[in-house]
Amino acid sequence: MSARADPRLTQDRRLAFAFVTPAVSVIALIAIFPLLWTLWNSLHLQDLRMPWLGHPFIGLDNYAELARDPRFWSSLGHTLFFTVVTVSLELVLGLIIALAMNSTFRGRGFARATSLLPWAIPTVVAALLWRFMFDSQAGIANALLVAIGVLERPMVWFIEATTAWIPVILSDVWKTTPFVAILLLAGLQNIDRTLYEAAEVDGASAWWRLWHITIPLLKPTIFVALIFRTLDAFRVFDLLYALTGGGPGTATEPIALYTHTIILQHLRFGYGSALSVVVFVITFGLALIYIRGLGLRLSGEER
Amino acid sequence: MTARAERPWLRTLIVVALLIPIAFPLYWALVASLTSEAALFSDPSIWPADPILSHYRALFANRDFWTPVRNSLVVAGVTTVFCVAVGSLAAYALARLEFRGKALILGFILAVSMFPQISIVSPLYLLLRGMRLINTYPGLIMPYMTFAMPLTVWLLVGYFRQLPKDLEEAALVDGASRLVAFVKIIIPLAMPGLATTAILTFIYCWNEFLFALSFTLGPERQTVPVAIALFRGEYQVPWGEILAASVVATAPVAAIVLIFQRRIVQGLTSGAVKG
Repeated sequence: MSARADPRLTQDRRLAFAFVTPAVSVIALIAIFPLLWTLWNSLHLQDLRMPWLGHPFIGLDNYAELARDPRFWSSLGHTLFFTVVTVSLELVLGLIIALAMNSTFRGRGFARATSLLPWAIPTVVAALLWRFMFDSQAGIANALLVAIGVLERPMVWFIEATTAWIPVILSDVWKTTPFVAILLLAGLQNIDRTLYEAAEVDGASAWWRLWHITIPLLKPTIFVALIFRTLDAFRVFDLLYALTGGGPGTATEPIALYTHTIILQHLRFGYGSALSVVVFVITFGLALIYIRGLGLRLSGEER
Repeated sequence: MTARAERPWLRTLIVVALLIPIAFPLYWALVASLTSEAALFSDPSIWPADPILSHYRALFANRDFWTPVRNSLVVAGVTTVFCVAVGSLAAYALARLEFRGKALILGFILAVSMFPQISIVSPLYLLLRGMRLINTYPGLIMPYMTFAMPLTVWLLVGYFRQLPKDLEEAALVDGASRLVAFVKIIIPLAMPGLATTAILTFIYCWNEFLFALSFTLGPERQTVPVAIALFRGEYQVPWGEILAASVVATAPVAAIVLIFQRRIVQGLTSGAVKG
């Protein structure tokens, strides 16, 4: 390679090193190092309520306890349930909204700004708004359902698991569908318009165009939205903390909330670390799929 | 498409029908925050029939809601400025310079941005406790960088790649060093991108909850989302004040979104659609 001899390239490489180092070391120091520490701690006993026990190495005991812990398995189940239900609803509704907004019409900027609002507000605030709307006394949901005759009398939503999930799922769908719609809308706008015109000349129906042009060409964007949302839904914490607190009992408790309770309320840092590792491994598996999908397109773009 | 162009009113109708459920909860929170608690529980009205400001007054006078607002502004502001400053250097190198390991670093940054925050709460807690930084501003700003730094770098790489190369190349041919070209040409050109990145980073920091909940102990350092989530009434849930606080927490991000919606959409979608 003649690159070695070119002074400009050597200079570039030095500058790149100087520019990249601060950001990468910050990330390594506050993200990677703690992650390794979590892994290390998960092999140890560390209970800050019982400091006299010390910090002995206990091998995989924390993981063995985890495998027998029913609350771990049920919180994992809740997380999976929440992820599958909300992500599928959000993709379908997001696609409908994106299709409806994919043209120029009066007030389009306003429509887009309005639909961004739920995405932009703090998740805790969104959760509290929905808790208020589903409040047994002051809630507008009860007032509405009684008025149209679905319910005979106001109902207490958060006292039973099956009914508590309804505001949980509705609030997440409300908060994140607009985000999905905006991603998909950007994807739709990248589709070559002449394809539709050609199809129309051939007399293809709107339905045919949706299934044979729009959806196939939108696949990469749908895939990105799917992974983004899956990873986000899997680490759900704020929403359930503020909306149900994991209750009634632990019936809606997600894995992140259980882990948080173990660490910061029970102060069991060793066991909590084992839970953290499990959450990380699952998320990382999903993220790998994403990077593989995105990496292909990255290298395609650079050349 | 002709079928659509023929019936613009139908499309407008569909969009309005979709926007109502999106906007209604926010509207209802605003109305309810202006309604007395008695009316809220007995006979709530969809219109602000008799608006009162007592919930807002109680929020700032009795609960000292200024403190969490100030905490949030400090933590989100400092994190944003630091991450955009440091992140823009890294992003420029990753977008424009040739060096080994570039793809690896990009992949690394993307992977970290997808970290579940909960998986580093326990070591960060022990680390901050050891450094006596629990319940301090640095004790929040440092953890916030775990998600803010990858976000700024990732967004800015996208922006720098889009900038035209000609001006920079011309400066290099004229004998300017890379560093001079970066400061004099790239930074001014990238201002809109830097602003968008700062806006998005600020929103993410303003809304963050898990770290702020875990690494603060009392009201003196709690951020807005934590303060709202921990509101307690003497006998019942203080809905009036919670909703007033929600409106206060939402107002700045809502203003940002309404003013900068075009840029925010560009920022959100550039990473996802173009790769």
